[in-house]
Amino acid sequence: MAKYLLLKHYRGGPKPHPNAVSLMDDWTPEEISEHIAFMGRVADELRERGEFVDAQALAFEGEFVRYGGEGRAPVTDGPFAETKDVIAGWMIIDVDSKERAYEAAAHLSSAPGKDGKPLHEWIEVRPFLTHPPVVE
Amino acid sequence: MFDAHLLRDLTPQVLGVLVRRGADFAAAEDAVQDALVEAVRRWDAAAPDDPKGWLVTVAWRRFLDARRSASARAMREVHVHREPAPGPAEQADDTLLLLSRCCHPALTPASAIALTLRAVGGLTTSQIARAFLVPESTMAQRISRAKRTLAGERFERPGDVRAVLRVLYLMFDQGFMSAAVADERGGTDLAAEAIRLARQLVASVPDDPEAAGLLALMLLHHARRDARTDAAGDLVPLADQDRSRWDTAMIAEGVAVLQGALAHDRLGEYQAQAAIAALHDDAACAEETDWPQILEWYDELVRLDPAHPVVALNRAVAVGHVDGPLAGLRLVEALDPALPRRDAVAAYLHERAGNAAEAARLYARAARSAPSSAEMGHLLRQAARLNRARSGSD
Repeated sequence: MAKYLLLKHYRGGPKPHPNAVSLMDDWTPEEISEHIAFMGRVADELRERGEFVDAQALAFEGEFVRYGGEGRAPVTDGPFAETKDVIAGWMIIDVDSKERAYEAAAHLSSAPGKDGKPLHEWIEVRPFLTHPPVVE
Repeated sequence: MFDAHLLRDLTPQVLGVLVRRGADFAAAEDAVQDALVEAVRRWDAAAPDDPKGWLVTVAWRRFLDARRSASARAMREVHVHREPAPGPAEQADDTLLLLSRCCHPALTPASAIALTLRAVGGLTTSQIARAFLVPESTMAQRISRAKRTLAGERFERPGDVRAVLRVLYLMFDQGFMSAAVADERGGTDLAAEAIRLARQLVASVPDDPEAAGLLALMLLHHARRDARTDAAGDLVPLADQDRSRWDTAMIAEGVAVLQGALAHDRLGEYQAQAAIAALHDDAACAEETDWPQILEWYDELVRLDPAHPVVALNRAVAVGHVDGPLAGLRLVEALDPALPRRDAVAAYLHERAGNAAEAARLYARAARSAPSSAEMGHLLRQAARLNRARSGSD
């Protein structure tokens, strides 16, 4: 088994599919509810399969923060203009293979968007680092 | 007085008896759990003289009750239950029956490991979940899915021992987490658990040299565990390990088990891998390693499984020590570039060949594709060490 992070982006990543171009505030309230409900169902399915580890959604707004030096306040930057990559949330899954991780990501990417059509949005898939094997 | 360890040891044995008598696996487990609850309640004053017999009797009664009420509910018809076949409750056979059931080839390795830890290891779902760092509800689902996959399969006779060996090997190989860390997280020492189960397996198939070979392999690697990380938790490669921290008693046991296995004269991959581990364990320092003999064992491994890429990669290291690093590198270059740890091996051989610049470049590249943070840190330090030495000499 290996753990994977499935990252959902508000913005950023490769060129979006036509279905994923419109912003969520152009959708109807029902379309937004259906999209969120779909995410919940995906998490439930992963739970039922014994593959679910965690899921979290992030606020759109956020800032970059860094150390400002001894005795100084933290330095902040942002929020950023349209071009920047913005993470919307993640799921963490524990699955048997990379193929299965990709299948789960593709399923997540099929979430309904405007007019109830599958979004085809890009999901970033990142494997977790693990423990080294015991047998040297 | 109630004894939790005794109960844990008896759980799989009792479960094995029920399964052998033909009980459905999930129902048998429920019945055993009921019997355990009963035992905790009743044994507080005094444990019975034959605790296993007591548990079998209670669990079997619970199983029959549950089946009666279930079938009564379902079809309102009378079921005639076959009484169990008479005969002694052979514990060794039951262990093998249960292990081969939990390691059934229809299950994915992850499911098989979880089910084995639950049903034979006697661990709680919560302990298994913590060992694999997943929520308890996820692990509960994984185990119940595994049971559903097995529902309907008949298990009167033990299945394939090979499948059991494979699952125990994988369980052991995930046991990197030290016993201390496992304790701290309230989890499980998977390597120790795999060794415990391998011992039970060897007891039930004493004439299978590969089962003994696997146990030997585990002991011979486990003996080095304390030396595998330094005080800071960083990975220490075999050649640099403080060999005084190896567990000599465990090595001696591993060697004895291996010799017993090899005496059967039926070589298999676990025995050959154990022999390689024994030769490393036998060297007082890295320079005294008997690489020619290790290479012979790798040749045996290649003969047993010619297509195994990891064996070919490890064999290249042995060739590098016996015939020189360039000979090892020629073998590495013939291997699939996508093979995990290929760059790390090539870097090691390049350094031995005196190509520090190429070694540093390959160590850095290997770090980018390292599957674990411990290896990534180790490979980056190797690259940095070489780069520093080179810039110092310029």
